[in-house]
Amino acid sequence: MTTTLNPETPVARPAVAPRSARSRRLRRLWRDTGWRHLVGIAVVIYAIFPILYVLSAAFNPNGTLTGSNALFSEVGFDSFARILNNPDQPFAAWFANTVIIGGVTALLTVFLGAMAAYAFSRMRFSGRRMGLLTLLLVQMFPQLLAVVAIFLLMSSIGDIFPALGLNTKTGLIMVYMGGALGVNTYLMYGFFNTIPVSIDEAAKIDGAGHTRIFFTIILRLVLPILVVVGLLAFITSTNEYVIASVMLTDPENKTLAVGLYQLVSNPRYADWSAFSAGAVMSALPVVIIFVALQKYIVGGLTAGSVK
Amino acid sequence: MNTHQPDTEHPDSAAASAPEPERKKSVQLRRMAEQAGGGIGPLILKIVLLGLFDALGVFAVLLIVQAQNWFMLVVVAAIIVFFNWVYLRPGATPAKYLAPGFAFLIIFQLFVVVYTGYIGFTNYGTGHNGSKDQAISSLLASGQERVEDSASYPVTVLQQGDTLGLLVTEADGTVKYGDAEHPLDEVNDAEMDGDTATGRPGFDTLTFADILTVQDTLTELAVPLSDDPNDGSLRTSDGRQAFVYVSNLVYDEEADTLTNTETGVVYTASAEGTFQSENGKNLYPGWNVTVGFDNFAKAIGEESIRGPLLSVTVWTFVFAVISVATTFFLGLFMAIVFNNDRMRGRKMYRALVILPYAFPAFLSAMIWAGLLSKSYGFINQVLFFGAEIPWLTDPMLAKFSVLAVNLWLGFPYMFLVTMGALQSIPDELQEAATVDGARPWQIFRLIKLPLLLVSVTPLLIASFAFNFNNFNIIYMLTGGGPRFEDADANIGATDILISMVYKVAFTGQTRDYGLASVFSILIFIIVTIVTVISFKRTKALEDIN
Repeated sequence: MTTTLNPETPVARPAVAPRSARSRRLRRLWRDTGWRHLVGIAVVIYAIFPILYVLSAAFNPNGTLTGSNALFSEVGFDSFARILNNPDQPFAAWFANTVIIGGVTALLTVFLGAMAAYAFSRMRFSGRRMGLLTLLLVQMFPQLLAVVAIFLLMSSIGDIFPALGLNTKTGLIMVYMGGALGVNTYLMYGFFNTIPVSIDEAAKIDGAGHTRIFFTIILRLVLPILVVVGLLAFITSTNEYVIASVMLTDPENKTLAVGLYQLVSNPRYADWSAFSAGAVMSALPVVIIFVALQKYIVGGLTAGSVK
Repeated sequence: MNTHQPDTEHPDSAAASAPEPERKKSVQLRRMAEQAGGGIGPLILKIVLLGLFDALGVFAVLLIVQAQNWFMLVVVAAIIVFFNWVYLRPGATPAKYLAPGFAFLIIFQLFVVVYTGYIGFTNYGTGHNGSKDQAISSLLASGQERVEDSASYPVTVLQQGDTLGLLVTEADGTVKYGDAEHPLDEVNDAEMDGDTATGRPGFDTLTFADILTVQDTLTELAVPLSDDPNDGSLRTSDGRQAFVYVSNLVYDEEADTLTNTETGVVYTASAEGTFQSENGKNLYPGWNVTVGFDNFAKAIGEESIRGPLLSVTVWTFVFAVISVATTFFLGLFMAIVFNNDRMRGRKMYRALVILPYAFPAFLSAMIWAGLLSKSYGFINQVLFFGAEIPWLTDPMLAKFSVLAVNLWLGFPYMFLVTMGALQSIPDELQEAATVDGARPWQIFRLIKLPLLLVSVTPLLIASFAFNFNNFNIIYMLTGGGPRFEDADANIGATDILISMVYKVAFTGQTRDYGLASVFSILIFIIVTIVTVISFKRTKALEDIN
């Protein structure tokens, strides 16, 4: 199938019968790229079949788990209507909550993280090493380990400030920011270091203060990492279940992860098609963003540790 | 601690302050230059934001004083003073950039770790949730019985927000109002219908039909007659007549005892945070107290906890190591397969293969749970022609399923990472080795793999740390099950430490925050050891120096 790409032209040997020449060429082709396609196709099937399955289930008006097994046997939008119109499971509210919580967390994380990274990268002060070490170590201890303490802390904050305690978006955003800043500041710090200091110095000579340098020069030059960190923070908070499930209890306050999990905690009895429709709608924006920006995201993922 | 956001968003407010004072004159000049450059705008912005922050801070302090939470008062006051000091003081520029971010980091990442350590030494949990005062008033409210032959009060049920309260007209015409939290107190603004009060501005009067819808809440409602819980409270079942209910328990503050007036049994406050009778009967709810190493002793000493804890710890390691190994090798294999310039459609393959990574992980786990369902799932019904293979309910198969699904979730990441690392190995190495007569496998094993490992080892360690606490896949796929038969708590064969913490603390009939925190501490210790070892072996720390 890739004959035209094969750069090795067969040496002309008149004595060889045409059939055996063709079989030899096929064999070489097989050894060169053919088997790769075979493996590739197998892995692609493994990778995308659950996604095809959920797509098929979402468009299946039927409802049950068993009914979803005949892939793409029926196509309709009934299950989308069901998930969107069930007052007991306010899917639209979950979606909005997830976007708001993830979006605000991402924006604030990018901003506060960039400020901290700027200070670490461009200034020398006592306690700098200590601060960087803290950031490095904090990455190893995910926030969900302290979920019990977070729950009790937020519950006592909520006793005094109900707007910031349990069952509020603001409270959850504050918690997520605390968890996101360690990892992301370190990631940004690495990227800030790749911007030559001479640019700052030139600006300084021209009379720009540190604020002006930060806002008008540095933030523009590091834009790619800001986008990556924002997306990572958004995706992380979208995927977060533990803290969200503990903090958000009212149905209309839940995020997608919490709400959808409770919807199918027993897949056998759940409205599987409605769940699948919800899953497709929830996943679509994330997948599109990810695929569109995968080059940057992968670069950002490896930049933190691979030097 | 939660009000400094407005100010943190705008570090440009620091524009007018000067850099480090090295030489006085030059500092002055520089400050002038900076102000000239920055203009008056940033300065005003800074004043406005800091003012807003302080206003919110003062408001917060007032609320805290009202709630009498002295620890929080100290913390919040310290934060307010610190932020004012940082942003009003000239110089110390780094602090102006670091303070907001680190405030969040310190409270919600570092402090909560310390707090976890503290909770591990308490009996916080079901039956020991609140303070001692809360426990006493709740006990006095729970054992209440109607006072025989007591007068009945005509009442009207009022609602404000979610709170129900009773509007009472006493025999002498005084009108009082109270709810579960606030004892009866005289009100003057009631709307009267004849001699009976029927409403109050700002409150909704519930009609008979309304009352039927809140019947359950209403029968639970007990409005204290006065501040002293021994006086009893008013209760109503029909929303029209209320009667005085008095607890059969009496609290004696000096002796710190509760006495049952019917049986005469005396319950004394114990060191375990409950009122306890002489023959060892406890009254619940109790309150939380520090219990020393009791939770640790329980985790190690009690067979029904130690057994599951041991198997969960072992499985956590097995799960994390195998997950890293399988995802890495499949990812690497795919990278090698696609690492051939003559192969067509590589971009297509690549885009499709990374889809599992782009798909939100929590959804993937739920979808796989449906796929693997024993009697109805796609895998059994279609791929195995209706065989009822217990993928998620047999201990060994469940472990296998968790690993297989995690492989699906994780290999695209490893594929991307190893692909990048492979391409960064110079071709000359391969050419030189070929000239020296090395076979392809030798080239891979002796040259490419070692080089690859150098660059991806930090990522493998990070992946290990991630999988060590990979809550979502476990909880959403198997829920940790199938459950161990010999365990007290709902802990099962695929539970890892973090899902065990979650279950002990937040699911089931009894919540045991103390014991859950002990398990958290165990995870902290393990992760610390892994971190120390890995940091020593990699050179991460050298970058900082």
